[in-house]
Amino acid sequence: MSAAVVAAARATASSRSGHSLKKTDKHSHRTALLMLLPAGVLMITFLLIPIGLTFVLAFTNARLISPEPAKFIGVGNFTRLFENATFWKSLGNTVLFAVVIVPIQSAVALALAVLINTRMRGVNFFRTVYFLPVVTSMVVVSMLWMFMYQPNGLINALLAKVGIQGPDWLGDPHWALLALILMSIWQACGFHMVIWLSGLQTIPGELYEAASLDGASRWQQFAYVTWPGLRQTAIFILITITIAAFSLFTQVNIMTQGGPLDSTSTVVFMAVRTGFQQQQTGYASAISLVFFVIVLAVSLIQRYLTRDKEAGR
Amino acid sequence: MPKRTAKLVLATLVAATLPFTLAACSKGGTSSSSATSGGTQTLTMWTHNAGNKAELAAIQQIVTDYNASQTSYKVDVQAFPQDSYNQSVVAAAAAKKLPCILDTDGPNVSNWAWAGYLAPLDGMDDILSKFMPSVLGKWNGKTYSYGYYDVALNMMTRKSTLQKYGIRIPTIDSPWTSDEFTAALTKIRDSGAYQNPFDLQTSSTGEWWPYAYSPLLQSFGGDLINRTDYKSAQGTLNGPEALAWAKWFRGLVTNKLIPLKSSAAPDKDFLNGNTAIIYNGSWGAADATKQFGDDMLFLPPVDFGKGPKIGGGSWQWGVSAGCSNKQGALDYMKFAAADKYVAAVAVATNLIPATDAAAAMVPGFEAGGANDIFRQYAKKYAVLRPPTPGYTFIATEFTKTAQDILNGADPQQALDTAVKNIDANQASNNYFQ
Repeated sequence: MSAAVVAAARATASSRSGHSLKKTDKHSHRTALLMLLPAGVLMITFLLIPIGLTFVLAFTNARLISPEPAKFIGVGNFTRLFENATFWKSLGNTVLFAVVIVPIQSAVALALAVLINTRMRGVNFFRTVYFLPVVTSMVVVSMLWMFMYQPNGLINALLAKVGIQGPDWLGDPHWALLALILMSIWQACGFHMVIWLSGLQTIPGELYEAASLDGASRWQQFAYVTWPGLRQTAIFILITITIAAFSLFTQVNIMTQGGPLDSTSTVVFMAVRTGFQQQQTGYASAISLVFFVIVLAVSLIQRYLTRDKEAGR
Repeated sequence: MPKRTAKLVLATLVAATLPFTLAACSKGGTSSSSATSGGTQTLTMWTHNAGNKAELAAIQQIVTDYNASQTSYKVDVQAFPQDSYNQSVVAAAAAKKLPCILDTDGPNVSNWAWAGYLAPLDGMDDILSKFMPSVLGKWNGKTYSYGYYDVALNMMTRKSTLQKYGIRIPTIDSPWTSDEFTAALTKIRDSGAYQNPFDLQTSSTGEWWPYAYSPLLQSFGGDLINRTDYKSAQGTLNGPEALAWAKWFRGLVTNKLIPLKSSAAPDKDFLNGNTAIIYNGSWGAADATKQFGDDMLFLPPVDFGKGPKIGGGSWQWGVSAGCSNKQGALDYMKFAAADKYVAAVAVATNLIPATDAAAAMVPGFEAGGANDIFRQYAKKYAVLRPPTPGYTFIATEFTKTAQDILNGADPQQALDTAVKNIDANQASNNYFQ
């Protein structure tokens, strides 16, 4: 998410500074730099330096605990990584998670937003209820769902009521990732619902009036008035869900630890496990670097696709 | 402005990154004893016991006695919560701020000795010869730490259960064999009287997996790494013996003898009568005896060919390599190794006292006492987790492999992958020479 914010901030900064640069004197220039300083220091310390370190450490055999200095080992970490079956499985899981969750989560959130975008009594109650999982800590949510997913837990008890024998959700390699997906959608869709809602409320009511005068059905109103009006919101939601989906970690760490049989291992989980539990700082940096490149590529592709549409309008 | 800002940011980035990358390469530890005005030197001591009142009080008592016994040194105890203790030590070592005296979990000793955190306990050989071997932290022929207690894994069950199914009660000299054990579990399973015929507590995480399950592997004849030179796991972790262990391990699940994943509180399942036999540490003995009294049995683990094995080594005390007053630290270590202190800590923790003389002072652990059986198990069966600095890595790798095998991964393939990863890690560290 931060990458998108930075890019947006940079875009606004450059569009403004273009004409003002000629007029400004040195003094205001200095003030500008001074204003930049607090944010700049934080960004450099906690974002740029770690990223820079990752680039360097990925090519060494640095360890978390070692009496010997780190040595440069070229691309050794990367060849080892690309031969590692767990890495490919983790990457596959991460992509699968993102591919499933992006459309479903945004659709569910949109449906909820449309439902509660009405003027009726108690609508604020529903807005609050849908938003509750978002303000609850992910750790707490994961613990609760872990109990619900147990073989004799709440979910299977409910399924049994309608005559379905529920699986061992987190213990079965075929179901574990799906279980994480369902629970993640439940947790996060409230957040995107609020964003959709804000988008919905920017659409002027006159458009709907005009559409209904023209005899447009409910569905036609949605397809030709609501959806085009939500294009900017959709782009924002697409990008934020994608980035959040790629960084899937907390649920995995608490609920399954990547198991059973690597069926829920993700790239970020693998990097953390390698770097901290296994103390292989260099190797973990290599994983992070590969992950960085993948996320960057996905973001660039998304930016390219969405920018194209903007220009076309 | 954008161009200039970009340049500025880039320059700052490069400038700021360089010292960090260089600093990351140097490590070690110094310091942490300071002189006070009266000529008394203060020795700082760290322990993981902040959340364990009884043990901390026992340690505090030793320190109080020591401070009163002489005037040259004063030991100052600082207690940490166990969960963040290891990170604190690693961070302190990186900042060269390790305390003079600290405790470590047994399997970490060789890693910390190799990393230069710990100094050998020179001149203590006589005193330490009275301690059980499983409570001493050794690496490369030197002793770096000693502990006050050990724990013994055992099979907890009830006499009435075994008698009901006509199962022989094993003894330390004649433990269950593999076939006998399988037959017993099958009989219990077929009766349908228990939800779990056997429970390995697979819901526990972290160090439990290598601590509890690698002794099973060792009883089959396999091991985590070849212990002649600690260079490779080839043939020991993926040989025919290890494969037999893996198949047996998975077989427990497919034959419905253990739950694939135990409940959140497996010991409660046993106390409630849902589990017939549970594989547990001696820390669970007090609760079980309270519940079942004389009916309770603490049996030796199964002999899968190479005799029963259990894990050895718990929390131990050592001196940091960077301590500026090693003489003082060693003086304390000698003082604190007295039998009465070993006994005091064992009483506080209800664990196995590390010396014979101390055992005689702790109720229950005297020869023939109710808990003496645990001491005998620890003496006869204990195998240390491999004392190589690579152990921390091996432990994570073994845990994942055992979990995969239990969940149905191809055993040979899973073991081969583990061996490949362990060997790569040993090699990339130049075999910790």
